[in-house]
Amino acid sequence: MTAPLLSVRDLHVTYRSEAGPVPAVRGVSFDLHPGETLGLAGESGCGKSTIAGALLKVLPPGTEVTGEVLLDGEDVLQMKPGRLRAVRWTEMSIVFQGALHALNPVQRVGNQIEEAIETHRTTPAATARVAELLELVGLPARRAGDYPHQLSGGQRQRVLIALALACNPRVLIADEPTTALDVMVQAQVLELLERLQRELALSMIFITHDLSTLSYVCRRTAVMYAGRIVEEGPAEEVFAHPRHPYASALAAAFPLIGDHSHRMNPSGLPGDPPDPRAIPSGCPFHLRCAVVQPECPELDVELWPAGDGRRAACIHVLAGAAP
Amino acid sequence: MSDVLLETRGLHVRFAARHGEIARAVDGVDLEVRHGEVLALVGESGCGKTTLARTIMGLERPAEGEIVFEGEPVRYEGRFLRGYRGKVQMVFQDPMGSLNPRRTIYEAVAEGLRIQKLPGDEAARVAEALARAGLRPPERFLQLYPYELSGGQRQRVVIAGAMVLNPSLLVADEPVSSLDASVRGEILKLMLELVREAGVTILVVTHDLGLAWNIADRIAVMYLGRIVEEGPAEELLSNPRHPYTRALLSVVPEAEEMEQQILQGEAPDPTRIPPGCRFHPRCPLVASGEAARLGIEERCRTDDLALHEIVADHQAACHAL
Repeated sequence: MTAPLLSVRDLHVTYRSEAGPVPAVRGVSFDLHPGETLGLAGESGCGKSTIAGALLKVLPPGTEVTGEVLLDGEDVLQMKPGRLRAVRWTEMSIVFQGALHALNPVQRVGNQIEEAIETHRTTPAATARVAELLELVGLPARRAGDYPHQLSGGQRQRVLIALALACNPRVLIADEPTTALDVMVQAQVLELLERLQRELALSMIFITHDLSTLSYVCRRTAVMYAGRIVEEGPAEEVFAHPRHPYASALAAAFPLIGDHSHRMNPSGLPGDPPDPRAIPSGCPFHLRCAVVQPECPELDVELWPAGDGRRAACIHVLAGAAP
Repeated sequence: MSDVLLETRGLHVRFAARHGEIARAVDGVDLEVRHGEVLALVGESGCGKTTLARTIMGLERPAEGEIVFEGEPVRYEGRFLRGYRGKVQMVFQDPMGSLNPRRTIYEAVAEGLRIQKLPGDEAARVAEALARAGLRPPERFLQLYPYELSGGQRQRVVIAGAMVLNPSLLVADEPVSSLDASVRGEILKLMLELVREAGVTILVVTHDLGLAWNIADRIAVMYLGRIVEEGPAEELLSNPRHPYTRALLSVVPEAEEMEQQILQGEAPDPTRIPPGCRFHPRCPLVASGEAARLGIEERCRTDDLALHEIVADHQAACHAL
């Protein structure tokens, strides 16, 4: 196997708040190989978007970040500002969440893309590049003259993708790129991302709360809970045969149409995702777990091999028995 | 008592849009909601489903047509509407937006009782409604404020506020889409309990076909102001007939393997509803030449059509059927 392009090691991110430190990411490690799409799934507050911010060091000042983010062996977290600027956009870039709000409403979209190109690399042909990028994401080049309000939600999301691709990055981080879009437009955007990934040989990190979308787009998926990865493996396997009880519950929240075990039988979890300021002891999932054991409130299980290329952090996996 | 609880007859709702144009948000809907069922009204944003729900609630006034509830046409006068709104209650998408942040949970749930001036023991009714909505013991929640609750608990408060009036019909507009995935199932379970135990009928408005598979007895698919397909949930989802429903189902990640039919463009504009079958500009049958081969293309472009029965209780509006 080739060396990973991006390697995250024991990443911890702690936000500072008036009420004290908020540990949003608590020891996350993963690899992204060239040309691979990795999914990061989880609910609000699980730390998935914080990871996106940490990879490019775009977190609020004062946030404490430890661990390593190795891009081709070089630690992004240790980079000097000048080097970091060179890496952002040209090596790694983000398609931000919220197509409706990420663009400047009073600037033509073409100028916004041009600005990204010029900030990060001088090119006399920025306008030509804008046209090329818009066509790459399936928009006519003349839309460069439009303001964001003249575009639909799906078109704005395409502009954001063009913006992220402006400097030919090798790694694209897509943070909830299809949330808040209609299902048909979602399918259009997913199709576009898949095509771009193939044609440009991009490595991609796809962040979402929607496990079912991930099984479509990604080869590998990691499921997060309370700032940790609790299960990872081949995306389809994690969705179809989850090993961690939280991953099972999350998968069951997206019922397969036609699967009679879910017909007139919605399934969910008691309680709510934990507040990062008050993470339960031991296995942080134990309060909501249907197969909780007496030792779970004390025992914080690490990711444990769970079969073919899979790992899960659950005492049942540790004991060799599927939960 | 008839099987039908509420019926819309030839319902049209129009809004003034920019440049003097008229948006035909609801453009001729005949829909039946039957006693004791969960009916899912499914469609993309802009298809008119929320306007239809609001009109059923009496919050919008139809330009044409009528709503018949328990055999009686809805009249747009204060007294009638107040009584009607006691029997037809609505649950909105965003529970934080529908709760007053400065009122306690008790006050939020009691509000409907006060407006309706219902006699009896208010405190007992509020406690019962909270318990029925899964907030147990209710005493623990009465004096809390919305910000002290989680998203799921807030949606339960909203549901309690609706159910405290013992409505016959609950209209729920995207009741779980603002909630975390692991919490949604619990709210959907609660909705099914309310149908089974409290005998309420539910019209749920959603873009989510997976949700419909989870809780709906019947489904109505809406496109550009009109119902284009309607039938029993299982039959409709396993054997969709209208090309729009087929395309919609083919792109849902939760659907079983189907060849994807990604329609291009966004849901079209209700100020410019195409002539003929309103779906024809995006219809895969027309685009692929299948409609021409069937000799119906001319009708697709010019002939507006109504729902017609395909098999028992399953209707669709398509010239190819």
